[in-house]
Amino acid sequence: MQLLELYVFVLAAFVGYMVISRVPPLLHTPLMAATNAISGISLVGSLIAAGAAHNRVSTILGFIAVVCASSNIVGGFLITDRMLKMFKSGRGAGKAEAAGRGKDA
Amino acid sequence: MRDFLIEGSYLVASVLFILGLRSLTRPDKARRGMQQAALGMLFAVVGTLLNHTIIDFRWIATGLVIGIVIGYPLGMWVPMTAMPQRIAIALTFSALAATLVGVSEYYTEVHRGGFPGHATMAALGFEVMLGSITVGGTIIAAGKLQELITSKPVTYRGQNLVNGVIFLGLLVMLVLTIVDPSQQAAFYGLIAASLVFGVLLVMPIGGADMPVVVALLNSYSGLAACAMGFALSNTILIISGALDGASGFILSILMSKAMNRSFTNVLFGAFGSETTAGGGKSAAGLTVRSIGVEDAAIQLAYAQLVIVIPGYGMAVAQAQHAVRELAELIEKRGGEVKFAVHPVAGRMPGHMNVLLAEANVPYDKLYDMDEINSEFDRADVALVIGANDVVNPAARNDKSSPIYGMPILNADHAKSVIVLKRGMAAGFAGIENELFYDKRTSMLFGDAKSSLTALIGEMKNV
Repeated sequence: MQLLELYVFVLAAFVGYMVISRVPPLLHTPLMAATNAISGISLVGSLIAAGAAHNRVSTILGFIAVVCASSNIVGGFLITDRMLKMFKSGRGAGKAEAAGRGKDA
Repeated sequence: MRDFLIEGSYLVASVLFILGLRSLTRPDKARRGMQQAALGMLFAVVGTLLNHTIIDFRWIATGLVIGIVIGYPLGMWVPMTAMPQRIAIALTFSALAATLVGVSEYYTEVHRGGFPGHATMAALGFEVMLGSITVGGTIIAAGKLQELITSKPVTYRGQNLVNGVIFLGLLVMLVLTIVDPSQQAAFYGLIAASLVFGVLLVMPIGGADMPVVVALLNSYSGLAACAMGFALSNTILIISGALDGASGFILSILMSKAMNRSFTNVLFGAFGSETTAGGGKSAAGLTVRSIGVEDAAIQLAYAQLVIVIPGYGMAVAQAQHAVRELAELIEKRGGEVKFAVHPVAGRMPGHMNVLLAEANVPYDKLYDMDEINSEFDRADVALVIGANDVVNPAARNDKSSPIYGMPILNADHAKSVIVLKRGMAAGFAGIENELFYDKRTSMLFGDAKSSLTALIGEMKNV
């Protein structure tokens, strides 16, 4: 473990905090689905474990991890998209008053 | 060259992930942003496959195919009402992946006849500990949300003592493995104990507290991925894990705040269990005024402003489509309808918003608590659908009430209140709700969906 990695961690956590604290409560469920999809990034580690052919046990553990992580990626991004597709603005169809109100926090 | 490509793909992925999350601040931009994030994921995966340590692609290919076959239905077919348990299961998967990779790393080192260094061991220790706690916890959470396990708090005497002892045991084993990585028993014991701890941690937590728990476990699973990144010296894992961790952390803070309770209280308080629900006023001597569908329809038909307050009861009754239909009828008659969403309404952050969006309610009619609370004073009718504790005035004025101090929706400020409720059972917290006994409140008893359907029928005749 190097100091550089600690830098990356602290900065990423900081950026994450700044960005995510501006997500409105309206989209909190899609946010959870989105972070689920992004957490599928553990596929990166799983691929290495499954493909490095170190020994049988590691390969099988890696294989299960690949299944878990890739199903999260596929399922997570699909469901986030499905959810976000449902959020429609009332503008145009709705009343003028509703249109005047910005919801972009 | 190869390393350059790999690192480049990770950099692109990180940027697209951050931009994707940023797009979630705007509902009209969010979809495009998340599609770009998905593209970023593709970059990261392809980049990883270039890694020279990967020499055998058979297991990888099989795993990817199975993952896609499992992931597609989880993404496309799971109904929106099942979203809380769906999220919990996804957290189980991601935490399980992190744990298994951690074990695989450790096993490989041992198999080679060596042991990981102290720093790597610390990362691996945290990875499997946080991962296993999340696996244990999310399985129970999913079971409770799907009602396979009772959603009531499961408590027994000395519970906190038992959990405390196990937690101490975890820390001891963690330190032991870091100090002496050759202690294999401690490493595997750490995993087993973490699983048990995760299970015991969530068992005493009731259904209404699930938003906090799911958010907290989300944060743990992110940190587990982060630890994996430290163990493998992989920046994309560290960055994505930190983003996940931050998201879960922020959500759990917001949820706790919305309930005016600390983490410790949520995790160790077993809210709503019989021992703690003793406080609060009893309903003795008070009467409720029940109302018929006809009268309720007339009130709604002539209202200028109706504020709808949805709660978990609406989700249970699957009444969101009927709610939208009723709102449209009121609007057709010239009234205005707004939806007031409490941050902890439902079983996960933003639960009500997703259900209403699914029922085609435009999102500019959905208001957060802070935005809408001042408007109740000019509302003619506050229509409470399957919500209880989030409109209980005891939170404001009864110091003995367990929910005292929790921010609530000011339904009692409206000129009249109509409550759709199955019966007079107390809310989740087991506390009587004064609002139901208020002289301006009328109760419309029955299943929310059938009541709404009846209301819609009446409205057409008014």
